[in-house]
This record gives sequence, C-alpha cells and structure tokens, in this order.
Amino acid sequence: MDKILEINNLVTSFSISRKFYPAVDGISLEIYKNEVLAIVGESGSGKSAMAMSIMQLLNPNYSKIEGSVIFNGKELIGMKEKALNKVRGSGISMIFQDALSALNPLMRIGEQIEESLLYHTTLNKEARTQRAVELLGKVGIVNPELVHNQYPHELSGGMRQRAMIAISIAANPEILIADEPTTALDVTIQSQILDLLRQLQKDIGSSIILITHDLGVVAEMATRVAVMYGGQIVEIAPVLEIFENPRHPYTRSLLASIPHINQSGKRLNAIRGMVPSLKYMPRSGCRFADRTPWLSKEIHEKEPTYHEVGVGHKVLCTCYKSFYFENEEKTKNGGVL
Amino acid sequence: MALLEVQNLKIYYPIRGGILSRIVGYVKAVDDVSFTVDKGETVGLIGESGSGKSTIGKSILGLVPIHAGTILFDGEDITKHIGKNRSPYRKSVQMIFQDVNSSLNPKKRVLDVIAEPIRNFEKLTKEEERKRVDELLTIVGMSPENAIKYPHEFSGGQKQRIGVARAIALKPKLIVADEPVSALDLSIQAQVLNYLKDVQEELGLAYLFISHDMGVVKHMCEKLTIMNKGRFVESGLSQEIYENPEHIYTRRLLASIPDIDPTKKEENSQKRAVINAEYESENKNYYDENGKVYDLKRITDNHFVAKL
Repeated sequence: MDKILEINNLVTSFSISRKFYPAVDGISLEIYKNEVLAIVGESGSGKSAMAMSIMQLLNPNYSKIEGSVIFNGKELIGMKEKALNKVRGSGISMIFQDALSALNPLMRIGEQIEESLLYHTTLNKEARTQRAVELLGKVGIVNPELVHNQYPHELSGGMRQRAMIAISIAANPEILIADEPTTALDVTIQSQILDLLRQLQKDIGSSIILITHDLGVVAEMATRVAVMYGGQIVEIAPVLEIFENPRHPYTRSLLASIPHINQSGKRLNAIRGMVPSLKYMPRSGCRFADRTPWLSKEIHEKEPTYHEVGVGHKVLCTCYKSFYFENEEKTKNGGVL
Repeated sequence: MALLEVQNLKIYYPIRGGILSRIVGYVKAVDDVSFTVDKGETVGLIGESGSGKSTIGKSILGLVPIHAGTILFDGEDITKHIGKNRSPYRKSVQMIFQDVNSSLNPKKRVLDVIAEPIRNFEKLTKEEERKRVDELLTIVGMSPENAIKYPHEFSGGQKQRIGVARAIALKPKLIVADEPVSALDLSIQAQVLNYLKDVQEELGLAYLFISHDMGVVKHMCEKLTIMNKGRFVESGLSQEIYENPEHIYTRRLLASIPDIDPTKKEENSQKRAVINAEYESENKNYYDENGKVYDLKRITDNHFVAKL
C-alpha cells in the first residue's frame, strides 16, 4: 500500500509556567492510502494534540513541535505558513468536534464552503457557488440551495456537522482528520454521519484519521487502530486484532470497562487511579504501570520498546506478557497468552 | 404501593406573542406521561436530546413547574406541597447532575458540599458531622482526608463520586440521576457506575436513571422507558425491550448504536438502512397526523408500546 503520511518521533510539548511538558511523546506512525486509522484514547492521552500538530494549528507561543511529519515527500514541520496553507484543506483537512464553534457565525454556510474553493481551486464565482450547492447535496442535506444561504445558528447539530464535512471535503483532500466528529451528536444522527463519512471515503478515496474515545465507532469505521495512553501509542493493530486479540493491559482494561448491551448486571472493570495530568506523567518506564499496582514491577521494561506480536500488530512494553486482571487469579492467567 | 407514581404528567412551556405577550400556544415538553418507580429498583429513561427526559427528572424534584398531572411519593401528592410542607419530601428525593463542574460549588470544601444537605435537616455537632462525611466518602471509595480539599483538586470521576456522596447524605429513598456518567471517560464511567450499584444495594435506593446511552441503561436498569417528542413510545422490562423492540423509534435507536464487533460492520449498516426506510414508510402506524405519539398499549405483561 502507498504511504501518504509518515510521522517520525513526533513530540508536542505545551508550556506550563515556562516549562515544556510533552503531551505527545515520541509518536511514529504511517498512514496509507484509503485506510481509516482510528486513534483511541481517553481525555488527556494526547490524541487531539497529535492531530493539531499534523495540521500545525497550535499556538507557537505555548507549544513546541519536534520530530517530523512527512506528507507526500514534503516535511510539514517548520514549513512556511504560506506553503502550509496550500496543504491545509486540499492536502489534509480537518473535521472538528464542535461544529458551532468551528464554523464562522457571521458567514453564510455557502460562503464558508466557497472560501475553501477560492483558495484551492481555479473556479470562478458562479462555478464556486454551484459547486458549494453540489457539496451540500453530497453530504445529505435535503435542500442545499436554502442551506447555502443560511447561517450556522439556523441549522441543527447534525446539519452543522454535515456542513462542516462539506467544507472539509471541498478541495478533495487526501487525508481527512476527524476529531471526535460525532461525540456531540445523538446516536441516530451519529450513525447517519458515520454512514456519510464511509460513503465519502469510498467516493473521493481519501484516507481518514478518526480520533475518538468511543470503541463502538472504532469498530464501525476503522481498518486499523492505534491506542494511545499518556502521549504514546501503546498498541497498534488491524481493527479485528484489536477487538479479538487485544494485548496491551490498557487496551484490555478499556475493552472490559464497556457496559455492553448483551450482558447486563455484571460488574464493570474499572481502571484503578486516573490518567495523570501532563505535569505529573511519569517520563520513564511503562506509563501504565501505576494503574496496575497488583502486578510486579519487574514485568515492565525500563525503556519500553515496541514488540511485534502479529501482522501489523505492535505492543509497547513487555508487561502484556504477564498481565492479568486484578480479580483474576494469577496462577490461572498469569503469563499465559 | 409504588414509591413514586407519576400520573398524566404534562409540562408545557408557554409561547407568548402579540403586543400584549399573550399566550398563543404551548411547547409540549412532556405530554401526558405516567410511570411508577418501586422501592429499590432502577428505572431507565432513554431519549435523544429534546425528548423531555431531563424535564421529567427536574419536575420530580420540583425544579420546573408542572402544567397538569400528579406526582405521588409514598402515596402523597407532592405537587400540592408548597414551601415548608415539602421539606420531608425534599429529604427523601435527591438528584445527581450531569455536569460535575457546575454542580459542585467551587468555593466550598468537599466537607461543606456534602454536609450542606445534612445541615438543613439535622442539628449535628462539628465532630458528628465530620464523622458522617467521612463515612459517606468511604462509601464512594474516597479517603476521608479528601474532605478538606476543594472540588478543583479532583478528577471528573472523583467529582462525580462527591456528587453521589452528597446525594446519599440524607439516606434518600429515590435518586434522580440525570446523565450521571455521560461526561466521563470510559474507565471512569465504569468506576462511577459500580459505585452507584454498590450504594443502591447498601441503602436500598431507587434510581430514576436518565441517559441517552443504551449500553449504560441496559447495564443499570431492570425497567426502562423510551421517550420521543415528550411522550413515551415504549416501556417495560429491559430484557424484553432489547430482545424484542416493537416501536419503530426504539428499533431505529437500537440499530444506531455502534456495535463493538467489527465483523458485523456491513450487516449493521444494511440493517440500519432497512429500518430507516421502514421509519419513513410506516410512520403513520406510530405517529398520528400531527406527529404525536399514540398512547401506550399493553402487548405482554411487562411490555407496553405506543402503536395504532
């Protein structure tokens, strides 16, 4: 498969009282053509910070990006703003979680779509208007001519999300980064938006980086999954592998904590403790070690490295080999995989 | 006798218009619903945003004025109790809110947050009060030293547990939990749900559990009700509804939930398309010409559906 984006050892740090703390801590990743890569993690795991670093939308006064992001052979980190603006929108574009704050409240929906066309295509005014109406129809808006002339506040949440998707696909981007695109929506609207994204991906053939905390959405959409914890990718695998054969303690704990429709009443698995804040994140050793205090410290590596456990399936740290849940007996499951 | 019995509850918000701002119509947030909650059980209330589920929760606490109907608690009609008369009822019904950041006073220590309801009803000395707060914190799995901290020093899950501790401080009989875990991360959500269940067993509480997450509701509730447009569309035992959803709205809602099994991706997508088509074509069997949901009809002993 063709690689279109390559991230090497990306470190994104934020400053807290003049000291920089890395929120994304050494991520290396490849994105291939036509795939949907899901990035899963809880709040504070650095998944959004990573997306913002790829697009370089972070304020340079408070943040620092190191490492390299190579898109179609070009290095994005350190690129001039003018050149970057060519990539943003037509090369890589983004769908945000909160459509109401991502859209400009003073501009009509149509104008906002045309703005993207103005910068990235050579179409004239009429052609742009026509294309904008077409795009609104494509994202499943029933009366595109009307919505073209409306303001964001006149639309419902699902419609706004559709309008934002229309803006982001206007210039046929090669990569679409969707940062929690359905988190603020009701389930019935969520399923419509997910169906739409899947359809669009087939039509325009772009790759999607889907950032979410909802494992159900991951199962529905993704072809590959990267699980993030504490600014690192702790496990990466094809989607079936993640659900059928999860290896890293964090992935396994997360999957066990979902209240599932088909099994009620059973006590849920809660992960002990909490995600440490940026300032107090352990910077050496296995970052998940603190949340599994019932395990011996020796099972973790001093400097965790990735271990290949299957085709395209990599796990960070050796602790996966001897992990067992707190309520399980050690003799039964300890060390057995 | 049921602990809580809501009969023909209507909550209308007036729409005013004209020069004299006369009432020209009503927004029917909750339109003629009835249900009961028994002692020690958990009843789920599911609906999408705007369905009126939170409004029902608030009306039980007396936080929104009701238009018509009665709310019986332990056999007494509490809608007639006003002011002081209401206080014994206030003691036995408590609420857990969705947004932990806005429901805990940032200027108060955890001790004061949890002790406030106690101070309203009981005269305790400082030591007795502290002892009670320590006990409550222990029930929700937090160490008593936390009592002198402020809410901002805690994580979201811990804050929600403080909210639970406050709600159970007066040993209530009923707790209205309005989306108690929807703002929390998955692993934290599991913690809070586990504590809610533990507390329920310990104190014999009843919950009215309001949520939009069908997975969470299935985990927590024996009985549930699904709302749409301020009306009940389906109600009964969770097991029966999940296995055999009758109303088209319920079917559509269930089909929309992403399944965590990636092998069923295509199958689910097709199922969804079929149900959505059905939702369009069979609309008139489930909604009258004004788009109103029909009245509930019994189909089995424990299963009611709003259908023609």
